[in-house]
Amino acid sequence: MKAMKDEIAVAIDDLTVAYNYKPVLWDIDLTIPKGVLMAIVGPNGAGKSTLIKAILGVIKPIAGSVSVFGKPYKKQRQLVAYVPQKGSVDWDFPTTALDVVLMGTYGGLGWIKRPGKTEKKAALEALEKVGMLPYKSRQISQLSGGQQQRIFLARALVQNAEIYFMDEPFQGVDATTEKAIINILKLLRKDGKTVVVVHHDLQTVPEYFDWVTFLNVKKIATGPVKDIFNNENLIKTYGINYQVSVQE
Amino acid sequence: MTILEYIELLFNDYTLRTITMGTAILGAVCGMLGSFAVLRKQSLLGDAISHAALPGIAIAFLITGAKESNTLLLGALISGLIGAFWIKAIVTKTHLKSDTALGLILSLFFGVGMLLLTFIQKQANANQAGLDKYLFGQAATLLEKDVWFMASITGACLIVLLLFWKEFKLLLFDADYTKTLGFNVKFLDGLITSFIVAAIILGLQTVGVVLMSAMLLAPAAAARQWTNSLAIMVGLAATFGALSGVVGTGISASHPNLSTGPVIVLVASVFVLVSFIFSPSRGLLFKEIRFRQNRNDLKLHKTLSFMYDIAKTHDDIDHPHSVRILNNFHGYTKKSLHKLEEENLIVVIGTNWSLTKKGFQKAENLYNQHIEIND
Repeated sequence: MKAMKDEIAVAIDDLTVAYNYKPVLWDIDLTIPKGVLMAIVGPNGAGKSTLIKAILGVIKPIAGSVSVFGKPYKKQRQLVAYVPQKGSVDWDFPTTALDVVLMGTYGGLGWIKRPGKTEKKAALEALEKVGMLPYKSRQISQLSGGQQQRIFLARALVQNAEIYFMDEPFQGVDATTEKAIINILKLLRKDGKTVVVVHHDLQTVPEYFDWVTFLNVKKIATGPVKDIFNNENLIKTYGINYQVSVQE
Repeated sequence: MTILEYIELLFNDYTLRTITMGTAILGAVCGMLGSFAVLRKQSLLGDAISHAALPGIAIAFLITGAKESNTLLLGALISGLIGAFWIKAIVTKTHLKSDTALGLILSLFFGVGMLLLTFIQKQANANQAGLDKYLFGQAATLLEKDVWFMASITGACLIVLLLFWKEFKLLLFDADYTKTLGFNVKFLDGLITSFIVAAIILGLQTVGVVLMSAMLLAPAAAARQWTNSLAIMVGLAATFGALSGVVGTGISASHPNLSTGPVIVLVASVFVLVSFIFSPSRGLLFKEIRFRQNRNDLKLHKTLSFMYDIAKTHDDIDHPHSVRILNNFHGYTKKSLHKLEEENLIVVIGTNWSLTKKGFQKAENLYNQHIEIND
């Protein structure tokens, strides 16, 4: 484990994002070691989602660069999977659960080529992993919020990536689904994958994650949860009035 | 004229056949591309583009001085595209939302177009008459070469659609994710927008600037009601569009003084109306029926489980109880009592009721079933 963490999965250099001259992310330098399960925490408007989107090139940063395993991200897309916020798409779209999961194979297929038997098999396996196999033919609007989140997770799993970026995967899901999702993330970490999660519930950070990044427009701190997840950093991130009891 | 006579006429009359073919192809391509506009949440883009095409027509006429339809449509294409990309630019470069941008460009271009049209009409050019047909369209002016042109554009759209089907589907559902997978979203988006513009330009001669967006949206909106598969939706929308063209042309041809464009749009709207009401899964009618059915079922279940609670306290299930104890119970009506008896769940003798074995078991399982359904 220790040796693995010396390898750098993602290196972010001077990343700056602004909407209409207002900085959303300011000069972020961040290295994410391989094999960690990392939470990005920070108040609303801290730029957590923006950070993920800028890393993945969904949003164009005004400055900065991102490298994945030592090479520019654009050349390493196949190694990176993404779980967007559930609310970012229209779930009334005419398609089935299996079809959405199959979309995870599109990147590997490239232009024009259609998914075949191999891709379908991989998609069914991913559905199985998230416990959604019985719902594979369901129209996606007929799924509950937690089930939709699992479908998104399965779509990322099928990408078979090395690094996973997830934007609030626990938002609006019940306790059972949350447990199911975190177990899958821990399994990914066991396989040596790197998982980065935008997370809101500070209480569960020590239980779920081994690495944490505090973010509030600027990077406040990043490192192992046991070393840096403390009141000092929380106050620096959330403000002086913020008090939380951190489980030791 | 009966329908049979009309069909006979359709095969014999060259002009009518040409127009029918033209409107059918137009309807099909509009339905097909309209599905993409609707799912991309760009329903109004078509409206803005078609209105934006008007000044292009007028300027093309002013430059050439001739009423050659291909030249005019080329003008329409150029100004339609300019309008479309201005809208995109406003949305990306300013704080304005897309509805504002659409409204702005639509009225600006249409205003300029109308201004130019009135200017042209005041000129002493014998050619000027009839330019205003582009406002509401005039299917009667369709020539065979127009139909061939429409068919080839439709064919090209179809080929590209099939080629990039996977990518389009991905983009329509989740544009951000499409980007992270390494697909060029700008290219795909531009392709869809260009096709929508092309479909609109094709329809200007037949349906006109003002009603064109309905041709794009109505078949797609109707098709969405009947299916949960994108492929079927696109196919169905093309079919509805083509049928609207054929039926609309038929109605307008068999009655004097009915202009074709508006009739086609009205027929397409009938498809929408029928679909909104009668679609089995999304239609208003079946939703209401299902709602009532559920309410009635729930009433029965409530009564049954109330009876179960009473019957449970006795050793024998079929111990008779007075109907009167149900009187204070909310879900109880005479009708539900009859219904329960019909289904052999209870027996009513005089003013007494008792649960049957079947009724007892059903009530017992009621709770478990609910849990299963909710899970």
